[in-house]
Amino acid sequence: MATKIFARPSARLKAEHLLEMFWLMLLSRRVDERAWALHRQGKIAFHISGMGHEGAQVGAAFAINRGVDYVHPYYRDLALVLALGITPTDFMMSLFGKKDEYSSKARQMPSHFGSKKLNIVSGSSPVATQVPQAAGLAFAIKYKQQAGLVNPDDSTQPRLALTCLGEGSTSQGEWHEGMNWAGVHQLPFICLVENNLYAISVPQEGQMAVSNVADRAAAYGVKGIWVDGNDVLAVYDAVYEAAQRAYRGEGPTLVEAKTYRVVPHSSDDDDRSYRSREEVEEWKKKDPILRFEKYLMDEGILTPERLDEYETRARAEVDRAQHAAEAAPYPAETDALDEVYAD
Amino acid sequence: MADKNMPMREALRMALREEMIRDERVFVMGEEVGAWQGTHRVTRGFLDEFGEKRVRDTPISEMAIAGAAVGAAMAGLRPVAEIMTINFAFLSLDAIINHAAKIHYMFNGQFRVPMVIRAASGWGDQATATHSHTPEPIFAHFPGLYVGCPSTPRDAKGMLKAAIRDDNPVLFTESIAMYSKPGLVPEEDDFVLPIGKADIKREGRHVTLVAYARGVEWSLQAAEQLAKEGIECEVVDMRWLRPLDMPTVFESFKKTNRCVVVEESLPYYSFGSEVAAQLQEHMFDYMDAPVKRVSAMDVPLPYAREIELMALPNAQKVVDAVKEVI
Ligand SMILES: Cc1ncc(C[n+]2csc(CCOP(=O)(O)OP(=O)(O)O)c2C)c(N)n1
Ligand SMILES: [Mg+2]
Repeated sequence: MATKIFARPSARLKAEHLLEMFWLMLLSRRVDERAWALHRQGKIAFHISGMGHEGAQVGAAFAINRGVDYVHPYYRDLALVLALGITPTDFMMSLFGKKDEYSSKARQMPSHFGSKKLNIVSGSSPVATQVPQAAGLAFAIKYKQQAGLVNPDDSTQPRLALTCLGEGSTSQGEWHEGMNWAGVHQLPFICLVENNLYAISVPQEGQMAVSNVADRAAAYGVKGIWVDGNDVLAVYDAVYEAAQRAYRGEGPTLVEAKTYRVVPHSSDDDDRSYRSREEVEEWKKKDPILRFEKYLMDEGILTPERLDEYETRARAEVDRAQHAAEAAPYPAETDALDEVYAD
Repeated sequence: MADKNMPMREALRMALREEMIRDERVFVMGEEVGAWQGTHRVTRGFLDEFGEKRVRDTPISEMAIAGAAVGAAMAGLRPVAEIMTINFAFLSLDAIINHAAKIHYMFNGQFRVPMVIRAASGWGDQATATHSHTPEPIFAHFPGLYVGCPSTPRDAKGMLKAAIRDDNPVLFTESIAMYSKPGLVPEEDDFVLPIGKADIKREGRHVTLVAYARGVEWSLQAAEQLAKEGIECEVVDMRWLRPLDMPTVFESFKKTNRCVVVEESLPYYSFGSEVAAQLQEHMFDYMDAPVKRVSAMDVPLPYAREIELMALPNAQKVVDAVKEVI
């Protein structure tokens, strides 16, 4: 049975961490908005957005060993990867398909985030395929620890694998097989399901006959938890517990973050055909950034002056990133031929 | 009735709609075929017209879509399953190859599997390596499955209707780049084109261009350009990779003695390889030049626009290949 969690490790987060979390959520939103604008201007081919998911993603990122633990994300995870160390310029370079694009030299599609340096594994376009691979990453962690190849307490090494996907993608066989694998081998594995109620136009009921994805975890011997995904600290708490369990060798966890995508599925979608404007407006009121902002203001951690400063800084960073990417060279034609095989 | 001008997506929609009206057992299922009107708008208006019973939005479960189609077909329905893009059919391969294609044979004909899997195919949209496949030859490799790949709205209508009416499983791919291309389409609801029959899309006597789907478009463009230089190409549109109508190719080749095969997909173990092999096996005495192949470049497809276009075939590459065999 899925349970809500009551322990609040986030209570121990320092003000500077809370502000950094807020800053990353805000920065992600502004980068994301710029990408939509670039698409409208015809400057980029495609955009798929994380708007509305920033709380779930930044909460999860801060709960693991950022940039060290393995993360196998999905296309909405812009805020997550910014929190792991991808920069706005990196992202813009990928949108424009420029030669020195960080993840693949403009081979990979944008939002298929990947960085060896940060242990972010690049996904493929078919959904849920990252889940068995993340189980494999976790399998390797446990294998190496048991074989004495790494010290299980060495925090410079990846000690868990976190993978993310939408609720609709849990209909995919690879999700079930990956979850079962993680359960059977009791791996240091976390599956973060970003449940935004829709898979393109299809509502959750069209994907599954249960009300919580987390309820399914029990069937695999995986601990299942669901949380309010628009509450960054609630997600932090849940993923923190999951990460500690993984580090202690206590096995896998599924964390379902209930959230909402406040924009269309992608730049190819018109969401008016399947959901009402009233519904979207209702959810915009529950925006994770506004909510965290209010919390931080109430706690006296954030001030209006500092918020202004963040906004100014975000705009400057986004401008700088866009200009850098626009000015950068495109790949040469011959670049296509390299790297098909390892030498 | 006169022919009507419409894009390929509308011709496909017309075919599907007519067959659903004609036969209550025909139903469509797939991701986003209902409220979203189909990823490529082929099922536009179907949910309103036919209701949820016959227009099923499915979970994101390609294996179950194909597997359930096999089951429903064995039980006497005639499913038309849509896989959003052929790339996702890789997740359904076992149901398609080990089941749909084998059941009739393995049960000695006791069960039939009258199902169609429709999928958009092709690249050129910066959708990159895992999202841009044109893998029709992989499916055509396996006996027991028919594989249809139309190149015009007219053919799309006649071929899809034949696929739905046939008692064998059919994989039917629709070139993404061609959904919006218009052409004349017969409005009669008995317009059905035979499975496995190629079509001469242009007559010529100097060289035979053998192609399917988007390759036909590049071949026709190349033929147009070459005609200005006095080189007359005959363009054979195979339409079906299974059954493969080699007799039509042989007839053309006897006249031209030269051949270029044009395909959107990759060069290794390909449509081009098959056609070339059969030509040398059966037409050796008629051969005046080696058979040339124009295919995509042998790399996974990159995102960056320029290099993506470089990796793709086009009309100019066909022109160049023709000049090498003339
Ligand atoms: C195997 C596969 N089938 C279909 C698709 C097309 N597709 C891309 S995203 C998507 C919806 C996914 O919904 P969900 O998992 O809920 O994630 P969300 O986009 O809502 O975050 C679909 C059907 C795909 N990419 N891969
Ligand atoms: Mg979703």
